[in-house]
Amino acid sequence: MYVAVKGGERAIDNAHAWLAEERRGDPSVPELSIAQIREQMTLAVNRVMAEGSLYDPDLAALAIKQARGDLIEAIFLIRAYRTTLPRLGNSRPVETTAMACDRRISATFKDLPGGQILGPTFDYTHRLLDFKLAAEGEPPQDAPQRPPEAGDVPHVTGFLNREGLIEEAPADDTPPPDLTREPLELPAERALRLQALARGDEGFVLSMAYSTQRGYGRNHAFVGELRIGAVSVEMDIPELGFAIEIGDITLTECETVNQFTGSKTEPPQFTRGYGLVFGQTERKAISMALVDRALRWEELGEDFTGAPAQDAEFVLSHADNIQATGFLEHIKLPHYVDFQSELELVRKLRREVAERAEAANTSRQEAAE
Amino acid sequence: MTDQAYNFAYLDEQTKRMIRRAILKGLAIPGYQVPFASREMPMPYGWGTGGVQVSAAVLTPEDRFKVIDQGADDTTNAVSIRNFFRRTAGVEVTTETTAASVIQTRHRIPETTLKEGQILVYQVPIPEPLRFLEPRETETRKMHSLEEYGLMHVKLYEDISRHGHIATAYAYPVKIEGRYVMDPSPIPKFDNPKLTDCPAIQLFGAGREQRIYALPPYTTVVSLDFEDHPFEASRADHPCGLCGATDSYLDEVITDDAGGRMFVCSDTDYCEARQAQGHRGKDAA
Repeated sequence: MYVAVKGGERAIDNAHAWLAEERRGDPSVPELSIAQIREQMTLAVNRVMAEGSLYDPDLAALAIKQARGDLIEAIFLIRAYRTTLPRLGNSRPVETTAMACDRRISATFKDLPGGQILGPTFDYTHRLLDFKLAAEGEPPQDAPQRPPEAGDVPHVTGFLNREGLIEEAPADDTPPPDLTREPLELPAERALRLQALARGDEGFVLSMAYSTQRGYGRNHAFVGELRIGAVSVEMDIPELGFAIEIGDITLTECETVNQFTGSKTEPPQFTRGYGLVFGQTERKAISMALVDRALRWEELGEDFTGAPAQDAEFVLSHADNIQATGFLEHIKLPHYVDFQSELELVRKLRREVAERAEAANTSRQEAAE
Repeated sequence: MTDQAYNFAYLDEQTKRMIRRAILKGLAIPGYQVPFASREMPMPYGWGTGGVQVSAAVLTPEDRFKVIDQGADDTTNAVSIRNFFRRTAGVEVTTETTAASVIQTRHRIPETTLKEGQILVYQVPIPEPLRFLEPRETETRKMHSLEEYGLMHVKLYEDISRHGHIATAYAYPVKIEGRYVMDPSPIPKFDNPKLTDCPAIQLFGAGREQRIYALPPYTTVVSLDFEDHPFEASRADHPCGLCGATDSYLDEVITDDAGGRMFVCSDTDYCEARQAQGHRGKDAA
């Protein structure tokens, strides 16, 4: 006797209770605090802030804790929260020239005004597991410090610009479109493409960028400059009539200098790719700059070679991991109805094939007799 | 989440206004896909965020809300969405098709004929009927505006020449008032005849794809076909094992590992109502 499946509600409640238990893990092991995640899983926090499009390290840390370390799930929690927040207004554009740089490197010049600052990077660590960390020992020794240099750190691309060697990037005060408040419309202008890339999945943007390096839309990128540090956010307060600083955020900015031999419309000169991402997220920022440059083929008069990274509709439609994971994972939801209709169709087609074969067989036999 | 922390039916009023404008535009141009600024919802894309946003925009405190998934009120996602609105909107909920003023559905149209004043909200994964023939949105929008549907007819024709039938069993394309070709969402083609001349308002929400489209009451909806290969609504050739219905869409349920199976109504409300009236199928207790 068949009993229709009931109790979906109880199953959901019980599943949630089990999930909460699994999230906590062994209760004899001390619970993680938000501060611990924020301070010691900083790069995970940064990724969640960047792709969640919300700069709040504490909320990002909370999301990571709630998501059991699944960063895409954490990004989703932040996005769903962010979309409910009222918009108080717009800040002024942040000024990265005034960044207090923790790291600033150029791959195009050995030395330059403002200097090369290696900063807290994995770049030259030897990737040997450090078993001392497993022992939960003493805090590391203080790193040597030098006094911060006063004044702005000029952008490398500015030096090239003086000789006219790199394409102009004139200031533009047009308010950028807002992907989170307007549906994505194609073709998308550069501001919108950059916005989509900034919140796009790190893995996806990385692979797209990598594909350009391997020849699918190659654009010969040099890291003109990569800088990481805090910038102040200023907002115009109408009641005051001037802008005040409302806080600091850490950003990673990457400007690539790309070789360009000229096209029908543009003279030979270097061209630009740009990446700007919340937090210390340099893999993402470099990737973003490469993909940005690849997507600019049309405005620079280059040929479309059919490379995926050149195809704005392809890149922008598939960069968002919350959309991607939702649609991918939804196929585990019930599809009984559609599957049933396919079953009926396949059975019918097979029946007809069998009938035809049988009819052919019979007529052959009759012909033989 | 404290329920008071959010607006009625979760979305803020500005967002609802934006969605209502898209719905009104959709109703004014039946079958046309209206882009809208879909929000991130507290459930994943693919779980019905489009339908949920449309429901949130049309629900009023006086509404009585029903949610079905695969025709059933008790599938986990239907339970989850119903609870979401019970919590955030405090509306009355029901499983009875006739008692509901707003019905959100995934993959089915209820068997019971809908009536004037009701709203049926469909969850839509891929709103573009031409998508699997042409992946680019920029191209398909052009094809719709030029009413260039030759590609779709060629596809259906190729199906017939290859298989003897149109090999589309669900999400079967329809033409609205002789103009737009529309994806009716992944309902089985058995449900297609219920789309036309329907007294209820039919709204379609695709959250991830940021599209809303609509059918006002009594819209003419024609399933695409050929004169010599007319459209045919199909179902499993059995009566329901529980209520004996021969006019309902059936789920096939595997009952043992020796090939045993039974067929039961996918619309649980319809099946239960029939059983309450004393109808019995061969597998009923």
